Formats: sequence, C-alpha cells, structure tokens
Amino acid sequence: MSDSLSRGRGAAPIDPLRRRLIGGFACVGVSAALLPCCLGHAALAATGQIGFELKEIADGVFTFQGVVDLETPANEGAIANLAVIVGSDALAIIDSGGSLVEAKAFIEAVRKVTAKPVRYLINTHMHPDHIFGNAAFRDLGATIVGHRNLPRALEARGAFYLKSYREQIGETLMQGIEIVPPTMLVKDRLKLDLGGRVIELKAWEAAHTDNDLTAYDGATRTLFAGDLVFVKHLPTLDGSLLGWMRQMDALAAIKAERVVPGHGPIPSAWPEALEAERRYFEVLASDLRKAIAAGIPLAEAVKTAGRSEAGNWALFEEYNGRNATAAYAELEWE
Amino acid sequence: MSKARMFANMPATAYNSLWPGHHLSHYGGGIKMRIVAFWTWRAALPVALISSILAFGTGALVAWPDAAHAQQTPASSEQVWQDLKGDVFGDRTIQADSDIVRIEAPKRAQDAALVPVDISFDPEKAPDGIKSLTLIIDVNPSPVAATFTIGKDSGVTHLSTRVRVNDYSFLRVIAETPDGKLYMTKTFVKASGGCSAPAVKNMDEAKKTIGQMKLRQFAATDGKAPELQLMIRHPNNSGLQRDPLTQYFIPAHFIQTLTISQAGQPILSMEGGISISEDPNFRFDYKPRGSGEIQVEAVDTEGKKFNDHWPVKAAGL
Repeated sequence: MSDSLSRGRGAAPIDPLRRRLIGGFACVGVSAALLPCCLGHAALAATGQIGFELKEIADGVFTFQGVVDLETPANEGAIANLAVIVGSDALAIIDSGGSLVEAKAFIEAVRKVTAKPVRYLINTHMHPDHIFGNAAFRDLGATIVGHRNLPRALEARGAFYLKSYREQIGETLMQGIEIVPPTMLVKDRLKLDLGGRVIELKAWEAAHTDNDLTAYDGATRTLFAGDLVFVKHLPTLDGSLLGWMRQMDALAAIKAERVVPGHGPIPSAWPEALEAERRYFEVLASDLRKAIAAGIPLAEAVKTAGRSEAGNWALFEEYNGRNATAAYAELEWE
Repeated sequence: MSKARMFANMPATAYNSLWPGHHLSHYGGGIKMRIVAFWTWRAALPVALISSILAFGTGALVAWPDAAHAQQTPASSEQVWQDLKGDVFGDRTIQADSDIVRIEAPKRAQDAALVPVDISFDPEKAPDGIKSLTLIIDVNPSPVAATFTIGKDSGVTHLSTRVRVNDYSFLRVIAETPDGKLYMTKTFVKASGGCSAPAVKNMDEAKKTIGQMKLRQFAATDGKAPELQLMIRHPNNSGLQRDPLTQYFIPAHFIQTLTISQAGQPILSMEGGISISEDPNFRFDYKPRGSGEIQVEAVDTEGKKFNDHWPVKAAGL
C-alpha cells in the first residue's frame, strides 16, 4: 500500500456526465471569449476538477480531507472529511460525501488501495455533506450503519435536503442523489468486525444533531468523530448545545492517539482538538444567557452573541448567527 | 370554476403537493397510504387551514409544475398568495401595503426552523383596536401559520413569535379591525438552503418535555407597556414524515388552539398550525388588569389539553 494516492479524473470510465464534461472542455477550447452557452459547460467542467486524494494516516486508515468551505458546484460538495478502514477481510467507509460524483471518486480512490469488499458504510450523522453519496455504497452492497435516530431524522428532512441542495450545489451534481437511510442501527454501542480489526461505534445523545455516531479503531487508536469535532471550521449546531457541552468530557475521555474531525485538519491532536470548540460553546452560551436574562429578544441577541470568537474560525459569518438562533431557543428553557 | 376548486377533490394529488419535493418523490409510498395520510391530516385541521392547504397544493401544481427545482421569488410567492387568499378570506377586500400593521423578520433567516417574526400595529392609526391578526407564509405546506385574536381592551399592540419558513417567501400579516376591514403588510424572507431544515432538532427531548410551559414577565420600562412571554414545549410536528419502522405517516401533531387570559378576560388567543416553530413562543405587550392571575390553556391536535397559571408579578423581570 502506498502512503498517498492521488486520483486524476483522466482514468475514470466515460459515463454520460463525464462525456458532458469533456464536451465542456472542448467548448472552452474553441471559444476563448467564453460565449454564454459555454459558461454553463465551463461550470460543468469545473465540477470535475477537485482532486480526490486519500492519505494513509495510520496503518490501514485512509482519509480524504474536505475543504473548509460551504458546498458549491465547484467543490462538488466535498467539504466533509471521509475515511476508509481496511480489515483483513473487508472495509468500513466512514461517511459517503456530499454528492455521487464525490462518492464515485472516493470509491475509485479506494479501489487503488485495495480490492477488498466494502462491508459497511458508517454514517456519522444526517447532514448532506456526509450522506449524499450513500446510494453509491448501497449499490456496492455495503450495509449502511447509523445512529438509532438517523432514519427518523432523514424522514423529517430528506425531501427538504433534496430541494435545498439543488439550489446550493446545482442540478448537475444532484443527479442520482437519493436519501438512503441506514439499515443497521446503533442504539448505544456496536462493534463491527472487518476481519482481525474491530471498529467500535457509539451513539451519542443530542449534540451536533440528534443522531451523532462516532467510530473508534482500536488497532490504531484513531477516533472518527464526525461532526462532534470541528477544527478551524466553526462548529454548526443542529441538535443541542447543552447536550454537546454536557458530553464534552465523555468525548475527551476517549483514549485515542489522533482524531479525524468531521471538518478540519486530518489528523488532529487528541483531545486538544476539542479545546477551541469547547471555548466557543462556552462563550456563545454565556453571551446568550446574559441576553436572555436581560430580556433581549432572539432577533436582537443573535446579532452579537459569540462575536468575540469571530477571528478564531473559518465560516464564522456563515454559521454563527444560525448557531446563536438555535442555542437561544434552547437556553431560554434553562 | 377556479383551478384550485377543480382539483379540490383529489386528496392524493393535493397531499403530494403539500411538501415541496414530495411530488417528485423518492418517497414512493402507495397511493392508498397517501390518501389515508391525507384524511388523517385533514381530520386534524380547522376548516380554514384545510382550504388554504388545498389551495396551496393545487396552486403549486398549477403554477409551477417544476416547484421542486425552482427557488421561490417574490413574484412566485405573490402568485401563491393570489391563489390562496380566496380560500382564507373569500372575496373580501384586503387593503395591501397598509401602514396600520407592521411585520418584521430577518431578510435572510439564520435557521429555517426558527425565524423570528414581529407583528405590531399602530394604535393611533387603528383607534378602535385590532380584532385579529392572520400570519401567512405563502410557500409553506400550511401557509396559514396562525390567526391571533386580540382580547378587547387587552392592550396588545405587538406580538413576536417564531416560524418555520420552507423556502424564499413573503411573510404577510392581515389585520382585521372591529368593523371587519382587512389590512395587509408583508416582508420577504430568504430561508432556504443548506442543512438548516425546518424540522425538530432534538426529538427525544421534545417528546419528553411536551406540554411544559414557562411564562416570563417583563416590567413596563421607558413608557413601554409590560410584556409577557409564553413558552410551550411542543414538537409542533408536521405529520409529513413516515415512521421509519412501520412506514405509516405520523399524524400531524401541533398546538391547535391557545388562549391566554387574565382573571378570565382574554388577552390573546391563537388558532395555529405547523408553521409555528417547535416549542411555540409568544411575546407581547398587554395592559394588566389588577392582580388577577395569568391563565393559559393550549390544546393540541391529539386533543391533549395543557393548562398553567401564574400570579402577575408587580415588578416583572
């Protein structure tokens, strides 16, 4: 196995999408002026340009590091960190990516590492950047594993995601994307055997979402934290701030040597990777508690809460207001 | 015969269009199941809401067959409203762009599940007061978010709550004065996109705490009237999701009626729907009548009653 595998698009089989991409290049080639008709093709071509690189961060653990950004057509929705763990008999994949294009690039990169079957796809939670590639792994015959609450969460949101992401990442990238719920559910803890290698899953109480699942590879003491851990990228709140803060100590107590966060550098140091998000949550909660006690309404309070953290994070402006809104509604009940 | 009425007897079709995306439907499900779900839904809803849902469903079908693809615009939101208003207000005249009533919401909502909206009216311009306020979110599956009835001489002149907004949409409020005239104002909210879905964030907690209430009292300050803030724990669930185990639709479950009064005199009441955010939350000014206690009764679509009462605090806060 090589340490680092990069994947160029050149080797991909020619599928209909790809034909259009090639057509796009041709169009750009003949028209230096980029006629309006070609702009669409140029954009399409751009969607095939992210390099999908798997890096071996520990023995038999390969990861893809997503870009710290919002999902866009240009980044193919490839913003979440993904991983594959190689056992003697089979593989476990951790999260399927933000589009089928990304999932297929992921599978292709995995195939350069090993021909072993993908036995499990582990979904760390419900968000589209982590689950929109599920169909590609289902089609490989993988068993999809998720938190006991994940099917319910996807029922409530699936239709909305399919619609709102069409606007976010564009029609082309949405092609073929389905909401595919897990069929193996984790109530509390579950062990998955890959042959000589056991992956321990833990279902958490509501925190980032109400369906957060972590995976731990005992062989290399690597923790796959999903979006319970954000590094550099502002944490986003879609579950329970208090639940997240309450479970911080239990998370930190996991005896791992490294963590693969849901977003941010891979690997990150453990448990130091938790420090920044813990501080952000405390600042946000403290600002909001003061505002709530003073009777400042939600619409006003969210404009200032957490702002002293602005310089410490990427995507702060994109997500802090939303976090503050959700957290205000939760903290109001304290 | 309007198109809306032409389609009004097609429950499965109407149901299909209730939720953006459903009629394109990766959510297969048999026609039979959809009809069952629709009737469950219908049985749970007040007539005005039902007719508006039907109008929305068919409106969506007629106006934009491609609704699941296209983002709403002010023009398409307005079109939905034009198709909808007859079902809510009949052929009554509505004075648009009125300065009697105001509505404020963020231009871009932070969280589609929790969009703060503030409605107020100018007592100088409505000397006889306002009888009711109807809050409408054009493009939502259930566009009539709520109708608030203001108690006579209750002193209520503004009201804040939080709503779910499914897409870019006008939020509009129609105020009715005691003489039966209708005045409307609106604001456009961009609320779609990303992973902030208009859904319950922590369902286990929502189920556990259902029915709890909290009342906050804010004392009068700087010439402003005292305020009350009523909070009710309730998932205010859409009913448009299936049970992953049984595959049956979970019936809609939300606070349907709410009355807030002081010593038996009504301050504010609400007839509501699923567009009100989970844990419904209302903050409003009022004119206290002596020291009588504040009483609240809420009834949800399962017929469960939630009651609570609190003494009026002299100083508030």
